[in-house]
Amino acid sequence: MRRVVITGAGSLNPLGANVPATFAAMKAGVCAIGPLTCRDVDRLTVQIGAEIKDLDPDAHFPRNSIPLLDRFTQIALVSAREAVAQAGLNLTEEEQFRAGVVLGTAGGGNLTVDDNFRTVYQEGKNRVHPFVVPRLMHNAAASHLSMEFGLKGPGFTVSTACASANHAMGQALMLIRSGMADIMLTGGSEAMLGFGGIKAWEGLRVMSRDTCRPFSRDRTGMVQGEGGAVFVFEERERAMARGATILAEVVGFGLSSDASDIVMPDRDGPVRAMRMALADAGLSPDTIGYVNAHGTGTAANDRTEAQALAEIMGAHLPDCPVSSTKAMHGHLIGGTSAVELLACLMALQDGVLAPTVNYTEADPDCPLDVVPNHAREAHVDAVMSNAFAFGGLNAVMVLRRAA
Amino acid sequence: MGLDFMLNENLIAQRVKEIIAEQALVEPSEVREDMTLADLELDSLGLVECIFGIEEAFDVAIPFNANNPDESGFDISSVGAIIRQVEGLIAKQAA
Repeated sequence: MRRVVITGAGSLNPLGANVPATFAAMKAGVCAIGPLTCRDVDRLTVQIGAEIKDLDPDAHFPRNSIPLLDRFTQIALVSAREAVAQAGLNLTEEEQFRAGVVLGTAGGGNLTVDDNFRTVYQEGKNRVHPFVVPRLMHNAAASHLSMEFGLKGPGFTVSTACASANHAMGQALMLIRSGMADIMLTGGSEAMLGFGGIKAWEGLRVMSRDTCRPFSRDRTGMVQGEGGAVFVFEERERAMARGATILAEVVGFGLSSDASDIVMPDRDGPVRAMRMALADAGLSPDTIGYVNAHGTGTAANDRTEAQALAEIMGAHLPDCPVSSTKAMHGHLIGGTSAVELLACLMALQDGVLAPTVNYTEADPDCPLDVVPNHAREAHVDAVMSNAFAFGGLNAVMVLRRAA
Repeated sequence: MGLDFMLNENLIAQRVKEIIAEQALVEPSEVREDMTLADLELDSLGLVECIFGIEEAFDVAIPFNANNPDESGFDISSVGAIIRQVEGLIAKQAA
């Protein structure tokens, strides 16, 4: 079977404007959650989130292309540039046909939708900017990546709410394994910290008004963030032949549907997804040295995820650190599992486990080693990253140290 | 603002040139009335942004259809042609 490795990583998220800054913030246990700054924030019940503080479009894009780029697309492009530079990709025309892009997003151009609904509904205008559609479409980010980097092979967007990026990266893995592509840019991005986006989430009554404390007994819900990450997935032989630095091998992917409830998490679906990912990787659960949990900080998710992990890990559970980095970068919805894969890379590359910050009190319902509050050094050979979406759609990635 | 433009056609021409210059990534002083959009290297997206910018600036509706620009009832053959029609639309609206 063709094997797949990661040869580049890039990110723009609330913890940092690139991967090294993100790793540094994760090691320091930074919590990027703060007051929201969007328009009409005073009309929101939830007024906190993890924003990207310094995204200046003029610093990254020519003036005439900015009207085409929703924030979620800008985040994907900035991330992809870092990943492509690290990978040292320099594709010939023939190679371009064998290179593609698949990205995840839940809301796509949600801010563009919000702005223009405001224009026509609130301000009563009858005219909108001509680029509303190319800005808001969910595939805008994937399309702009294909144009910027000359990716002429498979290109599409996956939208599975909070599991979008993991589902996308799973597709990238399978496309390369199957021989349909040799290189895939993949990951995800999200930007819906606008009035409409937050108001919609407010409605579900699962949002915290103070901060995100995954697995902590006093947790009060999830906190939204914005950001994303993009990786270069590459067929292993090709990467080795050109002498690329291999960050990790993507060895397993598992996915499943709860088929039970549109919002309530379920134990069975995640168990099946994790089991499938481990089987796909050919790894037993006790080889997993770190799990990046879905860990949203809601009462139901964290309890259910802990039960699912107990079922998968069995006697290995106490020896398997499980952290949720959402307490640091917020829940980046469709982009979250891409940024969370960075924590997995950090564990494999640097031997440092990202902590679960804001953790104050153990919860008997979540008997996990959550790497509370402080990063920890550890030598790990294989890691697992969970994403369990609303709608009961689950996707799990397994990475292994580059061999 | 609309009234000012109606009172002075030079101001209309100047504002249209500014809008086109913004999209063509040139200085307004470089935009001449005899120029075509091709001279200014404006692509189809740049053109629809110009149309939108003019509609917003003068609060007029321009009968432009990107599917068939030549038969949409709005002449885009030169900067001058665009300006004359915008002046006409503003005059019609004021009447």
